[in-house]
Amino acid sequence: MRKHEPKWVLMYLLGLALAAPAAAQDVASFEKRITLKVLPNGLTVLICERPEAPVFSFFTHVDVGGDREYPGITGLAHMFEHMAFKGTDKIGTRDYAKEKPALVQVEQAYQAYDRERRRETGRDEEKVAQLEKAWKDAMAAAEQYVVTNQFGEIVERSGGTGLNAFTSNEETAYHYSFPSNQVELWAYLESERFLHPVFREFYKERDVVHEERRLSESQPFGRLFEQFSGAAFIAHPYGRPVLGWPSDLESFSETDAENFYKKYYVPSNMVVTLVGDVKAGEVLPIVEEYFGRLPAGPKPEPLRTVEPPQIAERTVILHETSQPIFVEGYHKPGARDKDDAVYDALQDLMSNGRTSRLYRSLVRDKKIAAFSGGFNGYPGAKYPNLFVFFAVSTPGHTPEEIRDAIHTEIDRVKKEDISDNELQMIKTRAKADLIRGLGDNEGLAFQLGTAQSLYGDWRGLFRHVDEIGQVSKADIRRVANATFVDNNRTVGMIESTQLAQAPAAGKETPQ
Amino acid sequence: MKGQTGLIVFALMALAPLGFAPSLRGQATDWKQIQAPPLHPFHPQQPRRVELPNGMVIFLQEDHELPLVRGTARIRGGSHLEPAAKIGMVSIYGQVWRTGGTKSKTGDQLDDYLEARAAKVETSGGGDFTTVTWDCLKDNFDEVFGVFIELLREPEFREDKLPLAKNQLNTSISRRNDQPFGIAFREAAKLVYGADSPYARVPEYATVAAVTRDDLLNWHRRFVHPNNIILGVVGDFDSSQMEAKLRSAFESWPRGEAAPKLEASFKGPKPGIYFAEKGDVTASTVQMVDLGTRRDNPDYYAIDVFNEFFGGGFSSRLFSNIRSKKGLAYAVGGGIGTDFDHPAITRLFLGTQSKTTAAALDAFNAELDALKTNPPTPEELTKAKQSILNSFVFRFDSREKVLGERMTYEFYGYPADFLERYRLGVDKVTLDDVKRIADKYIHKDQFAVLVVGKAADFDRPLSSFGPVTTLDIAIPKLGGPVTHQ
Repeated sequence: MRKHEPKWVLMYLLGLALAAPAAAQDVASFEKRITLKVLPNGLTVLICERPEAPVFSFFTHVDVGGDREYPGITGLAHMFEHMAFKGTDKIGTRDYAKEKPALVQVEQAYQAYDRERRRETGRDEEKVAQLEKAWKDAMAAAEQYVVTNQFGEIVERSGGTGLNAFTSNEETAYHYSFPSNQVELWAYLESERFLHPVFREFYKERDVVHEERRLSESQPFGRLFEQFSGAAFIAHPYGRPVLGWPSDLESFSETDAENFYKKYYVPSNMVVTLVGDVKAGEVLPIVEEYFGRLPAGPKPEPLRTVEPPQIAERTVILHETSQPIFVEGYHKPGARDKDDAVYDALQDLMSNGRTSRLYRSLVRDKKIAAFSGGFNGYPGAKYPNLFVFFAVSTPGHTPEEIRDAIHTEIDRVKKEDISDNELQMIKTRAKADLIRGLGDNEGLAFQLGTAQSLYGDWRGLFRHVDEIGQVSKADIRRVANATFVDNNRTVGMIESTQLAQAPAAGKETPQ
Repeated sequence: MKGQTGLIVFALMALAPLGFAPSLRGQATDWKQIQAPPLHPFHPQQPRRVELPNGMVIFLQEDHELPLVRGTARIRGGSHLEPAAKIGMVSIYGQVWRTGGTKSKTGDQLDDYLEARAAKVETSGGGDFTTVTWDCLKDNFDEVFGVFIELLREPEFREDKLPLAKNQLNTSISRRNDQPFGIAFREAAKLVYGADSPYARVPEYATVAAVTRDDLLNWHRRFVHPNNIILGVVGDFDSSQMEAKLRSAFESWPRGEAAPKLEASFKGPKPGIYFAEKGDVTASTVQMVDLGTRRDNPDYYAIDVFNEFFGGGFSSRLFSNIRSKKGLAYAVGGGIGTDFDHPAITRLFLGTQSKTTAAALDAFNAELDALKTNPPTPEELTKAKQSILNSFVFRFDSREKVLGERMTYEFYGYPADFLERYRLGVDKVTLDDVKRIADKYIHKDQFAVLVVGKAADFDRPLSSFGPVTTLDIAIPKLGGPVTHQ
C-alpha cells in the first residue's frame, strides 16, 4: 500500500551482495534448502526452508509496475495494488449476488459522468451535476454490501503481520508473514486475491491513492525527485511518477484497472516466494492446488521503448523555501548488463560508510554536506537506469558547491585507479553484507523473489555478486569514463530562497 | 549453551486441530472452511544472564545460523538528563565518541581498520541511554571486540570531530521545517509535555554552539561505569568461552556513581486548536494529542487491545472509516500512548488534502463520539485480541529479538517474563475493560488539536472549531534569543 522506495535505497539497506565461502551462506547450501517449481499455468514458486521459528514470510512479485502505464492511466499499477486488498467474491461482501450488479451500476454511472464532465466543448454543467449525483448514489448503494477491509482483517486475526505491498516503476510486490500453521489459509487468500478479485470501493480508494501522492508532493524530496526523473527520461516510463499524475488519478476507471489486471496479472508474470518454517514436500502440493487455479495467460511482450542516448545536459531547479538538495544522474545499462557489478562496486566506493570517497570529501573534509552518496539503479534496476549522486548540504552551503565537490570526486575515479585497499574493502563488504541479509525470512523472500523475477533465476542473487569479486580497477575506470560525461548528465536541485545561515560551527561563543 | 527453557512457551490458541496432511484435505472454496492445525510448541531460547560483581549485566544469546557476532551496550543516561542550555549535547557525544577515536587510534584510523573487515563499531546518544554496538564476522571478533573495549574505556573525543558533529545537528535544525510530519510530531510533543520538558525540547543553533569537548569528557566520566551498563551479545559463539572473555575484559573495572533518575512532571496539554502555517504543501497534517500512560499500569493490556480495535491495523475503526469508507486519508491511525518509564503521547493522526482539513477533523470527532454512542462490540473485541495473540510469536521469532526484549525489561526494571504476562493479560481483557479504557483515557475535550498546513486552502477555517493558537515555528537564529530555556 505504498509507493516503492527508490531501488537503491533498498539495495543499500539490504546489502544485495555475494556469497561467502562459509557453510550456510553459499549457493550450494541454498540449493539444498530451495525448491523451485514452475506450475503448468506458468506461475513460478520458490520455497526456501528456514526452520528457525514457527513462522514464514512470503513475497508475490508481479512483473509489472509503472512501466506499463501510458498517458491517461499513470498511477494505475499502484491503484491496482491497493485494490488487491479489497477482497473477493467471498471476502469483503455481505451478499455478492446483490453487490455484483450494484458494482456494474457504479461503473456505468461513472462512465456516463466522466464522459460528460470531460467533454471539450458544449459541456452541460447541470447534466454533469446530475450524472455525478447518480454516480455517487450508485456508490452508496453498492457500499451497503461491503464488509470493509475484511481481507486484512482475516490476515490479522489469523496472526498475520506486516501486511503490505509496494509498487515501483517496474514491479509490484505483495507480502506479509504468518505463523507456520497458516499455510493453507495463506495459499487460499493469496491465490483468491488474484483469481477472484472484486474491485469494490474503487473510487474511494482512488481518493486514498491521491492522498498518497499529496503526501509525497508535500515534501521537498518528493517534488525534486519527480521533476528530476521527468527530466532524465524523455522516452522511457522511468520518467513518470509511480504515484501517477493528478489528472489521471481523477479520471481513470475501474474498467481501466480491470483491463490492466487481465493483461499483466497472469501466472507467467508472477513469482511467489515462501521462506521460513515450511517443508517444501508438504507445502508445494497446497500451493499447486490453490495457485494452480489461476488461468494461464501469455507473458506480456517486453516493453518496446528504450531511452535514447542523451545528447544534451539537462537541469531542473526548484526555487523553494526549504533547504537545498542536490542530485545528478547519469544514464547507464540495466541490472542484467554485464557491468552491473562494476556499478555496484562504484556505489560502494563512493557511498558506503565513513571510508567512502564522498563522505571523506564532502562531509568530513569540506564540511559542505551532512550526507552524500552515489547510487546505482535509480529509479529502478530492470531497464537502463541512472547512477545518481546525491547530497544534503550543511547550513549556508549551496547546491553549486556540492556539485563542484562531487565532480572533483568523479574526475578522480575517472583519472586514477582506486587503491588496492579500496578494491579489497568493496569485495569483503559485499560478502559480509550478503550474509547479514540472510537471517530474516522477509528480507530473504524479498531478495530471492527479486532475483528470480529479475534474472529468471534466484541464483542470480549470488552470481551477480560473484561478479563483484571479479571487478578490477580497470573496470571501474572504464565504466566511470563511459558513464560520467557531461552530455549524459541530468541535474536536479532545490535552491533555497531562505538559505539557512551557517552557524560558526565549533565556536563556543556565538556572535 | 543449551537452550534454556523459555519463559515463554508458545502454544497457539489455534482453533480446531486438523491434520496437516495435504492428500487428505479437500480444497477450500471459502476461507471459513480452513482450519489451522495447532502451531507446534515453540520454546524461544532465552539468553543467559550474568551479573558481574561490579554491577555490569550481561546477556549471552547463542545463534549459530550465520557466522556473525553482534553486541550492544546500553548505558544509562541520555539526552533527557542534559542541561537546557546544551540541548543536543548527547547527540553530539554519541557521534564524537566514535568519530573522535580512542587513545591509540583516531576515528579515521578506526574507520579504515573496521571497514577493511566489513565490521562496524558504532556509538549513539538517545533519550534514556547511550549505546555502543558492534557487528562483525565471527572470525574478526577478537579484533573488533578490542576496538569496542577501547572505545568504551578510553575514548578520546578529539576536538577536530566536534565541528563535524555540530554540522550534522545544525543541518537537521535548518531543515526541521521542511517536512510537515516532522513539524507536527515536534510541536505535538511540546503541546503535551511542555516546551521545556526533556521529552519535548529540541536543539537550537545556540545550544549546539555551547557544547564543548569537556562536556563530552565529563559526560563520559559521569555515566560510563559498569554498574550503568547492560551488555547483550548475540551470534555464533560459545557462551562459556564468551563469558570468560567478557569477565576478563570487564571484571576489574571499578563500580562508579549510579546514573540519576530523571525527575519530570507530566500534566498534559492545554486543550484547544493549534495551527502552524506551511505554505508549500497540498495536504494538511492533523494530530490530536493528549497525555498517555506507562506500561507498568495494570490497564496496559486492555489499552493495547483498545488500540488494536481503534487505530491499529487494517480493520481498525480509524483505518476503515476514515481511509477506506471516506477516502479522506492515506496515512491515518492512533491510540493511547504507552512507554516504559514515562507516559507517552495519546495520538490520533492523519494527512489529508488541504480542502478536506475540516472534514477530516469532523471525522476524528465523529470517531471519538462513536466510542460512546457505538461502543466496541464483542466481535470487535475478539478481532483485536486474536490479532494480538495469534501474531504473538512474531515478538520472539528471532533470538536477537528475544535478547532485545530482555535487555529492555532489564533496563527499565520490568520483570523478565513481562512478555508472557502481556500475553496472559491480553487474553483476560473483557469488553467492559475496553469500554472502561475508552472512558478513562480518551477525553474528546482534553485534546490539543494540531494542524500543519496551508490555511488559505482549507474547506472551513479552523476557528470554526474554537479559538486558534498560532504556533511560531520559525527557527531561532544563532545569537538571537533562545526560546524555552
